[in-house]
Order: sequence, then structure tokens, then C-alpha cells
Amino acid sequence: MNAVIPLSAQLINLFASVILLLAFAMLAQRRVLKLIDLFALQGFTLFLSTLVVAVKTGQSHLYYSAALTLTLKAFLLPWILHRLVRRLHVKGEVEPLINIPTTMLIGIALVMISFNVALPISELSSSIARGTLGIALAVVMLAFLMMITRRKAVTQVVGFLSMENGLFLAATSATYGMPMVVELGIALDVLVGVIILGVFFFQIRDQFDSLDIHHMERLKDN
Amino acid sequence: MDLFILMLAIPLVSGALLTVAGERAWAPNLNVLASLGTFLAAAGLTVEIVANGPRFAFGEQFFIDSLNVFFVALTAFVGLTTSIFSGPYMANEAAHGRLTKPRLRLYKSMYQFFMFTMLAALTTNNLGLLWVMMEAATLTTVLLVSLYRTPASLEAAWKYFILCGVGIAQALFGTILLYFAAERVLGHSGTALLWTHLVEVKGQLEPAIMVLAFIFLLVGYGTKVGLAPLHNWLPDAHAEGPTPVSAVLSGLLLNVALYAILRVKVLADGAIPDNFAGNLMMGFGLFTLLLAAFFLSRQKDVKRMFAYSSIEHMGLITFAFGMGGAVANFAGLLHMTMHSLTKSAIFFAVGHATQKTGTQIMADIRGLMKINPLIGWGLMLGTLAILGMPPFGVFASEFMILTHAMKHHAWATPILLLALGVAFAAIFGKVQPMVFGETEAKRLPHAPAITPVFVHLGLVLMLGLWIPPYLTRWFHEAARMLG
Repeated sequence: MNAVIPLSAQLINLFASVILLLAFAMLAQRRVLKLIDLFALQGFTLFLSTLVVAVKTGQSHLYYSAALTLTLKAFLLPWILHRLVRRLHVKGEVEPLINIPTTMLIGIALVMISFNVALPISELSSSIARGTLGIALAVVMLAFLMMITRRKAVTQVVGFLSMENGLFLAATSATYGMPMVVELGIALDVLVGVIILGVFFFQIRDQFDSLDIHHMERLKDN
Repeated sequence: MDLFILMLAIPLVSGALLTVAGERAWAPNLNVLASLGTFLAAAGLTVEIVANGPRFAFGEQFFIDSLNVFFVALTAFVGLTTSIFSGPYMANEAAHGRLTKPRLRLYKSMYQFFMFTMLAALTTNNLGLLWVMMEAATLTTVLLVSLYRTPASLEAAWKYFILCGVGIAQALFGTILLYFAAERVLGHSGTALLWTHLVEVKGQLEPAIMVLAFIFLLVGYGTKVGLAPLHNWLPDAHAEGPTPVSAVLSGLLLNVALYAILRVKVLADGAIPDNFAGNLMMGFGLFTLLLAAFFLSRQKDVKRMFAYSSIEHMGLITFAFGMGGAVANFAGLLHMTMHSLTKSAIFFAVGHATQKTGTQIMADIRGLMKINPLIGWGLMLGTLAILGMPPFGVFASEFMILTHAMKHHAWATPILLLALGVAFAAIFGKVQPMVFGETEAKRLPHAPAITPVFVHLGLVLMLGLWIPPYLTRWFHEAARMLG
């Protein structure tokens, strides 16, 4: 087992780990604007890892995919979110439903589960970055956890987008990216989704005078 | 002119036109006209497919065969009748001051875009595009659910967006895994997500990956079907959105999501031994059916109750497809058709009834027979039909599902009968006093459109008594394709 791991694979594993680390950092982050910055950083790291896969495999559509990630995930979406937070005057602090150390512990358990689920599949992968499938699943799960444990609508959306990052990582690491037409479609959906959510934030704020979603717990089966 | 392109272009272009032009006097007519055009194109396409067999469009990206053309025809038909219904309904809402002009514009343009996304999702051959279109269908309807901008409707729309967003993210992970499995066989090319290519090599797909992919896809698209335990968005979205939106969500969107699962199930069945996919679907289906049946009796809001009834029927249909085989698949397809037609008819009747009485709380709706006998009868007959009373078509399909279950999965029969019995008692007990009884409601400014209700119920009645032979052949063909 002394096979030399190629540099590109090492780089991709490094970037994937950074993405996972950033997912944890987002779970621990209390301030909304910092959270968005972390999301932008995650998007940028995703761009770097996609770029490495593109250079290594020479697949031209991966370059487009990397460019798309850079514009959308690292710049455009964080910019939209920043503007929204400023214009809506969201208060700086996010109040988690479960305290942060507990959330982190649950997160660690989720990472272990994800690695175990992905293990048999990673072994089948022939791509240079097969180990990252488990990491990608873990990022998806951590984002899911963030959506469950946070109260602010903005945080839930950042969680949603971070989940998309995890899925993108899975697509590039396991399969060298989906066909171009699908990736474009997904990117369009995400962009339209965020714009609709922006509209939605204003509606929610006008109605509830707050973006705290615990106001929205009235619809129940009684 | 290619009918397929026409069918997709009409809703897309008219949606854009309605967005740009805004709320004009002719906008409701354009909405109906566009839906009529879409329906005619879909009907023509159906005739073409039945006569000439499956075909591709746009290279291999779109594929129409006897399975999806049946859903296309159904979707376009209910799309047409709902647009007819929504004309006077929305005019009444505007007259009551519940909706402003910009919101009417939003409604009509999004309605057309929604039709486009569903027709594209049904006809695409690319499982990635299928995902994109399913997500787009959520996006177009999310602002429709919150159309009234009440706190409750905003909450419903938020829940809808977040829950379906999370669900659909699981489906994307499933799609990526499927692509991963396919790529090992088909190589890294654009064809590895095309269903027609996948189905040829389904036996060679790696079972270990396919198991995980199918679970993610079932949970993901299952969220949109309304399968428990991720069904929570559905009653809220149906109850708080405008009634035409409830009708298309219930009658069409749930079908399209289920169709996505069916396409994937065909692949999973080929790759995974021991009917794994079928058993999983049977389990989810039964659980959903039972859960929804017991929630039915606790409902106070009429649209919420019928939303739970949709969950119940989706559970039953999922169970039927889970059993698999020609008979159960046939019954499942028939039940999907019957449920779409009946449930949208019920929502039309309920929509007019709630407008007349000004409330959705069932205890406050009384004496519909006196207010308007047609609405009263429409609701009563629709309810009897959805509860599986003969001679309506729902009876035929439920009977087939039950007898098939008795023969092959006897253990499930008591659960099915219990759930159907509980649902019957709950719904009938609540609708009966709504229809009969005393009232003092007033007239509406715009006469309601009752015709769609009876057209749907007439079709359901006819299909219960006699299914035209070409339709039977078509259903058989589709059922056979599902394996």
C-alpha cells in the first residue's frame, strides 16, 4: 500500500476537506454576515477543486462548470444575500434552536455516518478523487442540520445553498461532473430560487415584521 | 409543425406574454386559449404516438412513449379545465378584494410556466433535466401558494419551498449516484443520463450504487408525491393557496413526481434483485395511506381534508406500483387518472362552495344544495367518486388493487381495508352536512364555472362503467413498460 498518491488527488482531497471544515465553521457561526462570507469561501474552494479536476482530466465542460461555480457560488449569490441582509436589517445574531456545541457533536456523528454510507461506493469509483464522495455526503448532511437547527429564514437559505455545494462536490468528485445541459439547468434553478426567496423575504417581513421563522408555526393539524 | 414542440412552446410563449402584458381584459381568455392550444397539441401528439409508436425530439433529449404520453394527455386536459374554472373563480376573488391586478398577472403567467415545466418533466429523456424541471415546477408554484400574502399562506409557501427543496436535493444526490453507476457502463458521455440508453443496460448497473441511488430518489421525489413522513408541506400548500392551484398541485404535480419515481424504478428493478424497489415502495405507500387516513378525521378545513385525501390516494398508488406486475401497474395507472380527474373536480366544487360561504371551515359550510344545487351535487358526487363508490372509476381501480393485493400480498389487505374504511367514514361524515342542511349565503358577482366539475365526473363515471378499447390497450402497453 505504498502507492504514490498523485498531486492532483491530494489537492482535491485537501480542498474537499476544507469544504467540510467550512461546513462545520458555518454550523458554529453566530453572525449572519459572517455566515454568508463562509458560504462564499466554500463556493470558492469548490471552484478550486473543480478546476483541479478539470486540469487533471482535460474535460472542457468542467472548465465551464468551474467558471459557473466561481461566478454563481463565490460572487453572485453571496452578493445577493449580503444585499438582502442589509436591506432587510436582519439582526446580527442567529439564534440556534440547539446550542452550538451540541450541534457540533451531532455534526461529527453525521460525518461518520456519511463516510460509512459512501464507503462501498467510493471503492467502486475510478475517478482520481473517489474519497471525496463521503465528504460530499457529509457536507450535504451538515447543511441539512444547519437548516433544521436555525431559526432565521436567511440561515435556512444559506444551509440550502451549502447543501447544493455538497451535491456539486459529489458530482465532480465521483463522476467528473454532470452533462453540461444538466449543470446549466441546475445553476438556473438555484439562481431563480434565490431570487424568488429574496421576493419572499420581503413578503415575510411585511407580514411578520421579522425574519424569524418561529412566527410561522401556526399551521398545524388540530 | 411538430406537435411536440408546439405543445411545449404554447405555455412557454403565452406565459412570457402574460408576464409582459400584465393584467388586461383579455388575459383570462388568453390563459384559457393557451391551455386549449396545449391540450389540442397534446391530443394530437397522443394520436401520433398511438399510431406510430415512440419517438424522440431535440436529438435524444426528449422521448415520448406510451407511458408518458398518457400523462401528457391527462396533464394537458386537467390544465385546460382548471384554466376554464379559474377564470370566474379568480374574477370573484378579485371582486372580493382578496387579489390585486399584479397578483392576477403573477397567477396567470406562473400557471402557464407551471404547465410548461410539468410537460417538459414528463417528456424529457434526460434524468438530469427531469430533476431540473421538477425543481422548476416547485419554483413556479411557490409564489402561487403565497398569492394571498396572508401570514398562513406565507408560512405554507415557506414550508413548501424548504421541504420540497430539501427533498429535491436528495433526489439530485440520487441522480448523481445513478449517473455514477451509469457512467461505469456507458462511459463518460452525454448519453449516460438518458433513460432510453440506461434501460438497455439496466442489468449491468452496479446494484450497490443503485440501491443507494433509488433510496435517495424515492425519498426525494417522494417528498413531492406527498409520501409520509415528508408530506407536511402538502396540506398547508393546498389549504392556503388559491383553489385552482390546489387543483393542479393535487391533480397534476403529484402525478408528475410519481412518474419520475416510476421511471427510476424500472432501472432499479433491472439492477437490484429481490424486488427491492417494489418492497420499499409498498412500505412507504402503506405507511402513507394509513397515516393520511387517520389524519383525515381530525381536519376542520375542507381543502386541508381533501389534501390529506390526496396523500392517502398517492400512498395507495405507490403501493400498487410497488406490487408491480401487469395487473397492479394497470390498476395504478388507472387510479392515477381517476384520482386526477376526481380530485380536481372536487377542488373546483369546493372552490365555488368556499367562495359562496366565505369560509373554508367545514363546520361553517352548510346547505350547499340550497345555495346552488349544481355545486352541491358536484361536491357530493365527487366525494362519492373519490371514496370509491361504484359505478365511478375509482371503484374499478381500487377493486383491482385490493384483489391483486389479496392474491399476492395477503398481509396487506387488512391494512388497506382499514385505511379505506377510516377514510370513508371521515370524509363522508363531513361532506354530507356541508351539502345538505340550512344556510343563508349570498350570490357571487361572477357566475361560477360548473361545467369542468361535471365533465371530469362524467369521465370518471364513464371510465368506471366502460373503458374504450384503445384506452385499455394504451394502459396495458404502459403497464407492460413498467415491468
